[in-house]
Amino acid sequence: MSASSPSAARPSAVRPSAVRPSAARVGAAPSRTVRTIILSLVGLLFAVPILAMIEFTFRDGLSGTYTLKHWLNLADPAVNTKYAPLATALGNSLVLVLVTVLLVLVLLLPTMILVELRFAKLRRVLEFICIIPITVPAIVLVVGLVPVYAVVVKVAGSSIWSLGFAYGITVLPYAYRAIQANLQTVDVITLSEAARSLGAGWSTVLFRIILPNLRRGVLAASFISVAVVLGEFTIASLLNRVNLQTALLLISKSDPYVAVIFSLLALAFAFVLLLLIGRLSTVGAVRRPRIPLLQKR
Amino acid sequence: MTKTLATPSTDTSVAARPTRPGRQRPSGPASATSVAPRRRRPSLAVLGLTPFALYVLLFLAIPSVLAITTGFVDKKGIFTLENVAALFSPQILGTFLSSFWVSGVTAVVGAIVGALVCYALLGTRPDGALRSSINSASSVLAQFGGVMLAFAFIATIGVQGLITVTLQNLGVNIYADGVWLYQVPGLLLPYLYFQVPLMVITFMPALEGLKPQWAEANATLGGSRLTFWVRVAGPILAPSFFGSLLLLFANAFSSYATAAALISQGAQIVPLQIRSALISETVLGRSNMAGALALGMIVVMVVLMFGYSLLQSKTARWQR
Repeated sequence: MSASSPSAARPSAVRPSAVRPSAARVGAAPSRTVRTIILSLVGLLFAVPILAMIEFTFRDGLSGTYTLKHWLNLADPAVNTKYAPLATALGNSLVLVLVTVLLVLVLLLPTMILVELRFAKLRRVLEFICIIPITVPAIVLVVGLVPVYAVVVKVAGSSIWSLGFAYGITVLPYAYRAIQANLQTVDVITLSEAARSLGAGWSTVLFRIILPNLRRGVLAASFISVAVVLGEFTIASLLNRVNLQTALLLISKSDPYVAVIFSLLALAFAFVLLLLIGRLSTVGAVRRPRIPLLQKR
Repeated sequence: MTKTLATPSTDTSVAARPTRPGRQRPSGPASATSVAPRRRRPSLAVLGLTPFALYVLLFLAIPSVLAITTGFVDKKGIFTLENVAALFSPQILGTFLSSFWVSGVTAVVGAIVGALVCYALLGTRPDGALRSSINSASSVLAQFGGVMLAFAFIATIGVQGLITVTLQNLGVNIYADGVWLYQVPGLLLPYLYFQVPLMVITFMPALEGLKPQWAEANATLGGSRLTFWVRVAGPILAPSFFGSLLLLFANAFSSYATAAALISQGAQIVPLQIRSALISETVLGRSNMAGALALGMIVVMVVLMFGYSLLQSKTARWQR
């Protein structure tokens, strides 16, 4: 117990997860052997499909030998004109990422701040709205999106960016949670009133006081939106639009190797993004105790 | 807590009012009295909520309502209950049953394996490298549905997959009774690949909430580790565990992309049946069947999510 006694002396308001559990954790924690067995077994099972994908990209057809051909093809201008549809689709997905993140930043974020500042009673309503897309999954929503997009195409044309409106809804639960987690740790009301009593205008309050404090949440929300949009298949496929995932499925029928290579790259990219989110939240956890007055919990 | 922090500063906001009018919080016990003369002002701030409200109305509310209600009208737009009644035809009940089966099996197995992983992580440092990399990996893999997941499993246990071929060389043929990867049973392993990480993400906070003091109290009172798990941790964790189980069930029940990429033809589970209803416009010779199927799915999802939030609120009592 001696290891945890300095932290135990702190007020109980400190988050328990920030306190390092001591070796003397009676009963709850497993022994080292049990932990190693469980984690390595599950870890191994989960590594197999990824390793199988990597192995697959080096296969030389059905010959049973290995080759670097499929990876080198990516850089070979003679062959990669074949991949032009995939490049177009990737471009489409990037446009959709941009529109979706923009929707989160321009529509969701200001609304959340406004509700926090002025309409505390609406907080539950906003939370409820943002959680709806979990109960109404994409495959159900798309049934209603078909007629809606029939109108959207008439108004805005059939270019890809309009699909971002649908994606803004699919990322709503994730983006909301990321921003809300940050918003809970910052007392925006006190901060904004302090700033205004010192003579700051509302744009100063928003851009120089509130947003810098929400940087972590906003970044996390943007990253998770990027990851979700890059992986989206359901809506694009059933609305007959082309994005990265629908193109991958299409090209996998003629060239499965390049499809798997792109999947691996997308997976690695998503992992880096989410690792960054994790890093952001731990950095925040270390810094938070420095401004205890502004902490809500 | 928030109110006690916020109320004293209300005075400063009132003092600043003459220069910058119309920005007081309309709610809160203290501000409600001091700001009374300015009550009319919030109508301006409400304007700030309209863009988001309009967006949600157009792309969430209207599609949801359309998805549910199109099942109630026929091709000519006349009210009918026939589509909804068709939900109870043997063919469609069968797909619902397959969906329940896939979701149930993957939810139970995923919940147990995920809980074991959480348990294994208990003794590690919350901010340590192991915990944070498993957290990040879980959040990636929980999102790793769809086409790419299908590729991963085709490369693993497809006809020419790594494991299939390796086992074949050892004399074991996993496809002795025919290739099941592109059928409903083939969904189980790919689904588990995102169910287990989702369980890790949702269940870990509950396990972290187990206070060391409880284990210490149990030990002081002479309880064994078994007593602790059966009589202290078990009852506390049960609502959270079953809540996460429901969430996993809902997650499998509503996922479409993985199944669509693996099973290119047919309508073996409900989301795939919606696909064929949308593409061919007629299932069972009816139009607007997609709407009825969507209604059926929403009913199931609402029940699941209601149960989840009920259990979640029971959990919240201990997570303070």
